[in-house]
Amino acid sequence: MGNKMTLLKRLRHYVKSFLLWELLLGLKLTGRHLFSSKVTIQYPEESIPRSARFRGLHALRRYPNGEERCIACKLCEAVCPALAITIEAMPREDGSRRTTLYEIDLFKCVYCGFCEEACPVDAIVETGLSEYHFEKRGQNILTKDKLLAIGDKYESQIAVDRKEQWRSED
Amino acid sequence: MPFIEINGKKIEAEAGSMIIEVADCSNIQIPRFCYHKKLSIAASCRMCLVEVERAPKPLPACATPVTEGMKVWTRSPKALLAQKAVMEFLLINHPLDCPICDQGGECELQDLSMGYGQDASRYTEGKRVVKDKNIGSLIATDLTRCIQCTRCVRFGTEVAGIRELGATGRGECLEIGTFIEQSVSSELSGNMIDLCPVGALTSKPYRFTARGWELKQTPSIAPHDCVGSHIYVHTRRNQVMRVVPRENESINEAWVSDRDRFSYEALYHSDRLTQPKIKLKGEWQTVSWQIALEYIANRLSQIGSQHGANAIGALLSPNATLEEGYLLQKWMRGLGSHSIDHRLRQSDFRHQEGAPLFPGLGLPINELEQQSLVLLVGSDIRKEQPIIGLKLRKMALAGGKALVVNPVDVPFNFDIALKSIVCQGNLVLGLAKIAKALLNQSEIHFAKEAAWLASIEPEAVDIQMANLLRASGKKMIVMGALAASHPAFSQIKALTQLISELSGAKVGILTDGSNSAGAWLSGCIPHRLPGGKSVQGEAGFTIAEMFEKALKAYVLVNVEPHLDCIEGAKARRALEQAEFVVAINTFESPSLQKAVDVWLPLAPFSETSGTLVNTEGQWQSFVAVANPFEESRPGWKILRVLGNVCDIPDFDYETCEDVLAALRLEIGTPELTVIKPFCVDPIEYLANTDEIIRIAPIPLYASDGLVRRAPALQQTKDAGFRGLQINRTLATRLNLVGEAVRVQCEDCVMQLPLLIDEQMPDNTAMIFSGLEDTVSLGGPYSVLKLENI
Repeated sequence: MGNKMTLLKRLRHYVKSFLLWELLLGLKLTGRHLFSSKVTIQYPEESIPRSARFRGLHALRRYPNGEERCIACKLCEAVCPALAITIEAMPREDGSRRTTLYEIDLFKCVYCGFCEEACPVDAIVETGLSEYHFEKRGQNILTKDKLLAIGDKYESQIAVDRKEQWRSED
Repeated sequence: MPFIEINGKKIEAEAGSMIIEVADCSNIQIPRFCYHKKLSIAASCRMCLVEVERAPKPLPACATPVTEGMKVWTRSPKALLAQKAVMEFLLINHPLDCPICDQGGECELQDLSMGYGQDASRYTEGKRVVKDKNIGSLIATDLTRCIQCTRCVRFGTEVAGIRELGATGRGECLEIGTFIEQSVSSELSGNMIDLCPVGALTSKPYRFTARGWELKQTPSIAPHDCVGSHIYVHTRRNQVMRVVPRENESINEAWVSDRDRFSYEALYHSDRLTQPKIKLKGEWQTVSWQIALEYIANRLSQIGSQHGANAIGALLSPNATLEEGYLLQKWMRGLGSHSIDHRLRQSDFRHQEGAPLFPGLGLPINELEQQSLVLLVGSDIRKEQPIIGLKLRKMALAGGKALVVNPVDVPFNFDIALKSIVCQGNLVLGLAKIAKALLNQSEIHFAKEAAWLASIEPEAVDIQMANLLRASGKKMIVMGALAASHPAFSQIKALTQLISELSGAKVGILTDGSNSAGAWLSGCIPHRLPGGKSVQGEAGFTIAEMFEKALKAYVLVNVEPHLDCIEGAKARRALEQAEFVVAINTFESPSLQKAVDVWLPLAPFSETSGTLVNTEGQWQSFVAVANPFEESRPGWKILRVLGNVCDIPDFDYETCEDVLAALRLEIGTPELTVIKPFCVDPIEYLANTDEIIRIAPIPLYASDGLVRRAPALQQTKDAGFRGLQINRTLATRLNLVGEAVRVQCEDCVMQLPLLIDEQMPDNTAMIFSGLEDTVSLGGPYSVLKLENI
């Protein structure tokens, strides 16, 4: 009985081999994808749409009048699970509470977004930027100047993203 | 004692105590703002409302005395509703600016609002705004945040004894402020920062620099006065950020003086030495420790073999730790010199042989407040030992009498029963009159003493003082800094001893620095070894002799002689003529650059472990709170290695504890014969009563190198007036007009601003010492010539 089955199997195998059946199956898949609509994005020329909640490179924002938002409350530093944020603060000449040093170590940062969430004045934000690199040791530290510069450069987008986020939260 | 029930728990309460006190003792939390165990009860915040059985409305726990069988619920629906309602009202006018408030994270209002506040405010009207006031360089105000608990006001009135802050207006208009736009200048003002439950009063030097949650708290001992207040030092990233009091009922209670609180600011001053430096052919060179130490050993042995070991002298700060003192004297004595001294502000060393083991109060600090009478001799207690001042105030409030013999009529923050203000700084005469009055009343015949005081005529005030001194009760004579620095200190000691014998009062002295007692114990005096054993053979030179004899080499441990020593000018001259001066100092003093040959960076109190002995004789050890700054090293390590480099035997201590153990072993049980101070010399009083004599106390904030470099303290009034203070009578007699006068003292002439001050007695001029500007003018009790410019 068992001998018979083996014989049948063997016969089928021979027929399939001669007819290149497996190859045809493969070509069928290839053919289907050849004519279906494409999903490939031509990065970096093209990019996929990104959520307004994407957590990329950090930025420090300013108010429309140019005043920096950050008030050195240090809540972001306290909440940061990776201890990536370092802040030093002092009274500024006008007596207001300001940071003299605000640094984020991007090697430590886990992009959890807690800093954004903790900030009472929406100063520290994570922008949608994910395309950045470092060439030298030390460039992984985002200083206050750099953070403010990123904020200044992308403020329009940041503002739109914030608005989008708040709408989705409501 | 009544039994009460709180939340169903039966508690035995002290009769007359308040519910909140009983609850605190049994760890039952009742929220509160205005209540503080060290202050009177205001019951103004209403946060501590609790439900009491048979009371129609919730009652404030801080102002409701317990009664037998009382039943209290602190968290019943009725109590909670009341507490939450109070919190809502408190938050109505509070700006809720926690992110920019320094109190954020350690705020009582913030904490309690987490438990009793609502998540959203129902209040839509305008909030109260109060203009901030500038009340000096120590306290920052943000009075919009004030919740009107009046703790600061009560602290001023009740504890510090100066009403500097007050509350004006009522209800919502109640405002905290100074009375006439003045700054707060109490020597204890910093405690208001701790007392303020919100961020209305915060520390100005600490402003915005750190958050409570970032700080590491380490217990330590305050290094400035002989009280040895317990403190906590708060550090962040290995840097001292602030100092706050550590509660200790037997010493500083819940308070700490501003000097102890704000001196930390100087720790990272630009004068701070970072590396060993040696002067070679007039050029400063930064060198390694090894080179510097070997250089010192070579030069000292060279000087020792050329001029004898007696040509080397060492000066130690009275703030140096016990370990530093012990090792310094061991090193110096190993080199063969007994000339070690820490009595920087003393000029009379007669009777040093008969002195007790160490100078001190002779009784626990806390017992001061139980005295029925204290006679203060030559002391501006508030500006010398602020915490002792508090104790005396407590004594005076409890009905004790304070008598004063002072060369300046300084204000006190407690009532003075009688005062005798002596002219020309002549404390000896002042005391002699009291002693004479007592002698006249005495039944026992003191022949020798009577002959000694034959020419003295007591005045009415002296007789009244004598009467008070003869009354029964616990009595105490306390000598202050002006007595200790007096050129006739030994006679003052003899007279206080006589008064003590005639009246039954105890005698105590309040010493400079935080470890004078320890310096005596560890043998940092020329005539005694550790534990009070006498020096075999000839004693070394006292500090005065060291400067007089112009030694060849000096070793300084945390001393800036021109400012710390009583004869600043003489000290600097002596150092400048010396061949070799080693300064193991925390700070590099610009005006000592010419004199010093080697600077070794010494770690201050925050970076070394050690032990300080306070005025009651308590040994208080502390540990380093931060790593040494740059290349500086703890004093005991530096001195240990110096001992090794100089090949002195038995100098291999591994830890600070080893040093302490060795010292304890060496002190053992001291055997000492204390000789009663008695001077046969004639009573010294000035023949010429027309001469103008200079009194030169050290200002509160010039007492040591650390304090002198603390910027916030230097901006206060207690940093010292840099000029001349005389009374109007003297100014009129000398016809002094104008803002400044020409002051001549021996061969030094100087122009100084003039301040007419009615605190000064006749023929007495006060020019502070310890200030860079007036160093060259010479020492205290010198004769001044004043004229118009």
